Amino acid sequence: MARSVPSFLAHKDGDFVAVAVRDVTRGEAEIGYLDGSASITLMVNAEIPLGHKVALVDIADGDDVVEYGVRTAIASTDIKKGDYVHVHNVRSARWQNSVA
Amino acid sequence: MAEQRGLTGFRRPNGAVGTRNHVAILPVDDLSNAAAEGVASLIPGTLALPHAFGRLQFGDDLELTFRTLIGIGSNPNVAAVVVIGVEPNWTGRVVEGIAKTGKPVEGLWLEGFGDLKIVERAAHVAKQFLQDASELAREPVDRSEIILTTKDGESDTTTGLGSCRITAYLSDFWVDQGGTMIFGETSELTGGEHLLAERCVSDEVRARFQAFYDDYIDMIEKTGANLLGSQPTQGNIAGGLSTIEEKALGNIVKTGTQPIVGALAPAEAPSIPGLHFMDTSSAAAECVTLMTAGGGVVNLFPTGQGNPIGNPVQPVVKISANPKTVTSMSEHIDVDCSGLLTEGRSVEEQGEILIDIVDRTINGRLTAAELLGHREFTLTKLYRSA
Repeated sequence: MARSVPSFLAHKDGDFVAVAVRDVTRGEAEIGYLDGSASITLMVNAEIPLGHKVALVDIADGDDVVEYGVRTAIASTDIKKGDYVHVHNVRSARWQNSVA
Repeated sequence: MAEQRGLTGFRRPNGAVGTRNHVAILPVDDLSNAAAEGVASLIPGTLALPHAFGRLQFGDDLELTFRTLIGIGSNPNVAAVVVIGVEPNWTGRVVEGIAKTGKPVEGLWLEGFGDLKIVERAAHVAKQFLQDASELAREPVDRSEIILTTKDGESDTTTGLGSCRITAYLSDFWVDQGGTMIFGETSELTGGEHLLAERCVSDEVRARFQAFYDDYIDMIEKTGANLLGSQPTQGNIAGGLSTIEEKALGNIVKTGTQPIVGALAPAEAPSIPGLHFMDTSSAAAECVTLMTAGGGVVNLFPTGQGNPIGNPVQPVVKISANPKTVTSMSEHIDVDCSGLLTEGRSVEEQGEILIDIVDRTINGRLTAAELLGHREFTLTKLYRSA
């Protein structure tokens, strides 16, 4: 049955980012986990559109970004917990010519 | 576990099971498109399959075109085929390939006759084929006889969170039932290709998979091109995907958890049931065309931002978990699973809904792409023609 749902979903415990499942405004938000881990709350520092990501931890410039339990990007600048994460602050580790 | 619905299909002379009953008018090359379309306009109910290539191709590129044309004609969703080419030699090669299935096939060529005479002759053949096909009846079939395929497009983060998860649920179920599922999109595995390599059943399959992957990436890198704006696509980025790796991990979700029993060349048909990889482009029409040539009879297509693709021979079932897309592009979506994101619905509940829709599609329910007339038939070109 339907129940109250979080504003963001993360794939796995330990992931560095979660995805907005609706357009989210600044402020406190609930983060749910698809792997059944307990939900957490987080202060979100920016407006984040549906489908876009928020940082769950601080990530230093050059560090791996973990999602789905694996590296999906590298930070291209320092990212703070609660920041909006997208092509402006992460890039591909594999395709250096790609946009990110 | 899904309730066992009575599935029906068209069993072809070689035993292969189809979900549709098309009479195809298949041009060997671009120059024969006009004649093929002329036949289809004279005999409503037949299906012309115009395409852009087939002249002065050579080597592996030519072989892939032959394999694709023969595969499309051999697909069990096709009851009979009229092949039209420019000259008898290549026309005959396509006819011979399709004839191995035992289904009715006849070839005609334009040189020495012209379009009008050939359209008339081909129309007589097509009329008879269509009448004969109209008397073929659906019969009970089993899931183990059904080859499904999957590809996603205009992906965003909702595909990995939603539509790909229920596709995985269906894929795992289908393979458990003895059926077949094919996935592809070679370059869009980047960042998670090691996870798939680990799931290959043997060193031989793993080596073949890895070779397909490495060759594709080498091909891309050798061009020296900047992939800016291409991968991820502009649509992907608008949907929140930031890198090829993030896109790939979402893409890979839909392959489920079954072992990978085969690594197929483009347009190659699987020889055993189970989950197979096929080496394909990630462009939707090219990929689905190759999978159709490989024998797929229903395609599962998770989409995030909304990709309208269809195929003339293989029905495409469109699945979306994006709450905006299922509203703004509702006419394209067969399965709305946005409740996974917005209502806390379970994968099992939404996956059972997908299985129900796939069963009904097998039994003849038209998909959104079929109803909207999406018939993208796109050959994969490996390099320039001579």
